[in-house]
Amino acid sequence: MKRAGRYIFFYAALFGVWTLLAELRIWPPYLFPTPGGVAQALYSGFADNSYWIAIRVSMERVLIGYAISVVLGMILGLGVASNKFLEETMGGLLVSLQSLPSICWWPLALLWFGLNQNAILFVVVMGSLLSVTLAMEDGRKQMPKIFGQAGRNLGAKGFKLFWYVLLPASLPFIVSGLKQGWAFAWRSLITAEMLYLSLGLGQVLMMGRDLNDMSAVIAVMLLIIAIGYVVDGIVFKGMERHLQNKWGLAPAN
Amino acid sequence: MSTSANNTPAHFPIPLDPRFPARAGRKLGPVSVGRPAIHQLPTNFKVELSDISLSYRTQTGERLLALDKINLDVRAGEFVCLVGPSGCGKSTLLHLIAGLNSQTSGQVMIDGKPVQGTGTDRILIFQEHGLFPWLSVGQNVEFGMKMKGIPKAERQEKVQHYLRLVHLAKFEKSYIHQLSGGMRQRVAIARALATEPDVLLMDEPFAALDAQTRDLLHDELERIWADTGRTIIFVTHNVREAIRLGDRVVLLTFRPGRVKSEFPVNLPRPRSLEDPEVALAAREVLDELRDEINRSLEAEYEAGVKPRIEPGVEA
Repeated sequence: MKRAGRYIFFYAALFGVWTLLAELRIWPPYLFPTPGGVAQALYSGFADNSYWIAIRVSMERVLIGYAISVVLGMILGLGVASNKFLEETMGGLLVSLQSLPSICWWPLALLWFGLNQNAILFVVVMGSLLSVTLAMEDGRKQMPKIFGQAGRNLGAKGFKLFWYVLLPASLPFIVSGLKQGWAFAWRSLITAEMLYLSLGLGQVLMMGRDLNDMSAVIAVMLLIIAIGYVVDGIVFKGMERHLQNKWGLAPAN
Repeated sequence: MSTSANNTPAHFPIPLDPRFPARAGRKLGPVSVGRPAIHQLPTNFKVELSDISLSYRTQTGERLLALDKINLDVRAGEFVCLVGPSGCGKSTLLHLIAGLNSQTSGQVMIDGKPVQGTGTDRILIFQEHGLFPWLSVGQNVEFGMKMKGIPKAERQEKVQHYLRLVHLAKFEKSYIHQLSGGMRQRVAIARALATEPDVLLMDEPFAALDAQTRDLLHDELERIWADTGRTIIFVTHNVREAIRLGDRVVLLTFRPGRVKSEFPVNLPRPRSLEDPEVALAAREVLDELRDEINRSLEAEYEAGVKPRIEPGVEA
């Protein structure tokens, strides 16, 4: 209850300062939009369906891209974790690659895939693949060895061992990496969409810029934040809670 | 079961098994040569270890001999306990039999056939944490059968059967963390039995439990062993536990692990840790074990302090 009160106070204050600054007209509304203007932009965006379409297109892309990186990342991470040679060579490369913003791949992606959705997907994958890989590698190492032994002992081999034992056993250790991977995928997608105009939230945001409609820009920014927050709060928090219940781990806070 | 409920011993809930009195006709006496009648199938060994050696390189680069030419034959249905000081490689030996590691030389044979790698004919029960926390109790028990490709209906039936066997039928849907330590080991036993292995390998399974729970599980294990006729190789550092459970106690030396001596235990079952005969037999094993424990302690206290275990002090 106290916590809810603090939340309400904080956001009400933020909103109040925004309204105050906007209403004081220190800057013209096309530079500093009012809350009313943003609400108006949100309303009309949803009313004419353009936001719905943008959300659907963006979600589709990020889900495909993220799914690819999760599958690839798990295979890569498992390989790096279980092979000394790969660990020593590729392990270091992966860590150093992580400092590279995924949008740097954009020029290459354009040449390799052409100006189409695949180029965007490539950037999304490059954005989140490393997080997932490193998380999987780490999770595989942190996972108590005994699970693998018990699994083998009970007759699990090869893919079955991976699917029924190693993967579920390492989930609690990789869920934060999966979450980080999702955040990177989402950011990479929006960035790529801003560079390449074809539906999607990133493009709608750039349209706001082209029309000099800062209310629309802020409206889309709010949408991007909201979607990221909802996925994090529902999908990943839910997954964490589920794992905690099953494993009997104390809630992480 | 209900008929014998009146002569229930203090360590409830396992009533005296009507099967035991028949076996109780064995010769009394602390340790004597000769086997109980049911084990007299000649030369028909379930498990044969021949010249098992294991050496590995330590981090400093020197070669360490962990096991040195272990020879051990275990009859079908026999309950063998391996004892030895920590560091004698008794757990390692169990992992070798399970196929989780491989020996440097020598051979593990089951029913006269050499084995390589893991196999569901030999199931290992770990000291702790061997259960899968992401699965329910029932799913844990089901796991080995699922890997074997046994149809679901049959699996369900067996899950129920084996959970009843360890008195946990009501906990099929629970998760592992909701169970006590003793219950978890019972699940582990049910999970191991559900794959219907010929040989149960138990690696200090009760070491982390409190005394009462351990007593109870001794009774249960003895009953399950009598019911199912499995061959059991049981590793422990607790000599009394070994005498309490085993048909035979095998003593391993400290680094490198060798078979130092074997003690057939010919006491009537069911036994109890408190039986004077058990204590007496344990004393005999302990007298031999003491040297090994001292060697292991000396190795640990290389700095010069060399504590000795005095006669009469039990490990």
